[in-house]
Amino acid sequence: MVTTLTDARRARRIAEQVPDPELPMLTLADLGVLRDVTLAADGTVVAELTPTYSGCPAMAEMRAGVAARLAQAGYEHVEVRTVLDPPWSTDWITAEGRRKLAEHGIAPPGPAPRPSAGPVPLVLSTTRRAVPCPRCGATDTEETSRFGATSCKALWRCRACREPFEYVKEI
Amino acid sequence: MSDDHVYMSLAEGHDDGDARWAFGTGFEDPLHGISTAVPDAVDRGELAATCLELADDALVTAQRLAEWTTRAPELEEEVALANIGLDFLGQARLLYARCGQVDGSQRGEDAYAYFRDADDFRSVRLAELPNGDFAFSMARLLVFAAWRLAHFEQLATHADPVLAAIAAKGVKEMTYHRQYAAEWVVRLGDGTDKSHRRMQAGLDQVTAHLGELFAAHDARTAVLAVLRQVTEAAGLTLPDVPPTPVGHGREGDHTAHLAPLLAELQSVARAHPEATW
Repeated sequence: MVTTLTDARRARRIAEQVPDPELPMLTLADLGVLRDVTLAADGTVVAELTPTYSGCPAMAEMRAGVAARLAQAGYEHVEVRTVLDPPWSTDWITAEGRRKLAEHGIAPPGPAPRPSAGPVPLVLSTTRRAVPCPRCGATDTEETSRFGATSCKALWRCRACREPFEYVKEI
Repeated sequence: MSDDHVYMSLAEGHDDGDARWAFGTGFEDPLHGISTAVPDAVDRGELAATCLELADDALVTAQRLAEWTTRAPELEEEVALANIGLDFLGQARLLYARCGQVDGSQRGEDAYAYFRDADDFRSVRLAELPNGDFAFSMARLLVFAAWRLAHFEQLATHADPVLAAIAAKGVKEMTYHRQYAAEWVVRLGDGTDKSHRRMQAGLDQVTAHLGELFAAHDARTAVLAVLRQVTEAAGLTLPDVPPTPVGHGREGDHTAHLAPLLAELQSVARAHPEATW
């Protein structure tokens, strides 16, 4: 197999288009979990994935999805590696990914908290960032649970249009 | 591939027969592709022991949290506790995998989780105590998350890059766990007379175990600062920390509660020891 830059780009493009198993409106590239795709000297495609949360059960499906799509595109040797450092942040969700989330009724995350110099502070405050309702845009919304159907989402509801919605919480 | 659905793609390439499909995806190593090298400056024995202790704490905690499923006061809390348990289970898997690379045994995560008995577990006793009252469970989660968060903040700069990366990731997750538990402790402590009484009782039970936690890793300053902040907001009284530990889970000296917990957790794996997940 002749390896060229074009091959590497093509492999990257294919891996980028694999849908996320739990947020299928997003690609792995939109979600920011596909860290790199390279072509080794022997023609092996090396794709690097990072988990969103340590216990993310979708990791195996993501790896299978990347391997299967690349195999289908004709790459005979594919290796999907895990990378843990640096840890995933919702800041890595692309602008396109945020647009797609909102379009599907899921509120996109705000900026992730910055690492503090000392110990991570515990904030016991009743005032929280207002998350705009992804359906009607109202800011009169409230959290119903910090945890939702997947690790990365919280449950909210809109007091204006009365609809519940999911929210990708910052991490 | 005929179907674009990722779950369908998983079903392909399982040449070992449909009977095994129920056992999962064939991906076993949560650290797959990460360098297994250990830096020269790192003592392998100490690193393996640290990974095992932290993994055992996480696995036992995850199992207790999962027990709230179908038993929590509200559906939202059940989902929250299951999610928090899943984070701890994920941490346990990564830490067991690292332990197997470092201790020379080359064992996989399942060998540690399913094929060791209670005496071999190095988890702290606090983790194995039955869930009891919801208020007790919240007090335990607050103390455990605050203590482990402080430990992981230190470990994020550990000389072993794999443990450091696992810890850095865990810090983000446990910030959410600690927040969740702290809000419940305030809500119950500052609630009705009955909720206040039960929250205080839960807190008293948990603080009796702080000595063991601090003997295992001295995060006294950080944990007590959090507990003072939360008890003050909740109108609760922070009891004195007993000067001596009530037990030594780190030495395999457990309460009678750990063995039945493990019996349930390990039953399927031990009934089908050849299965892959």
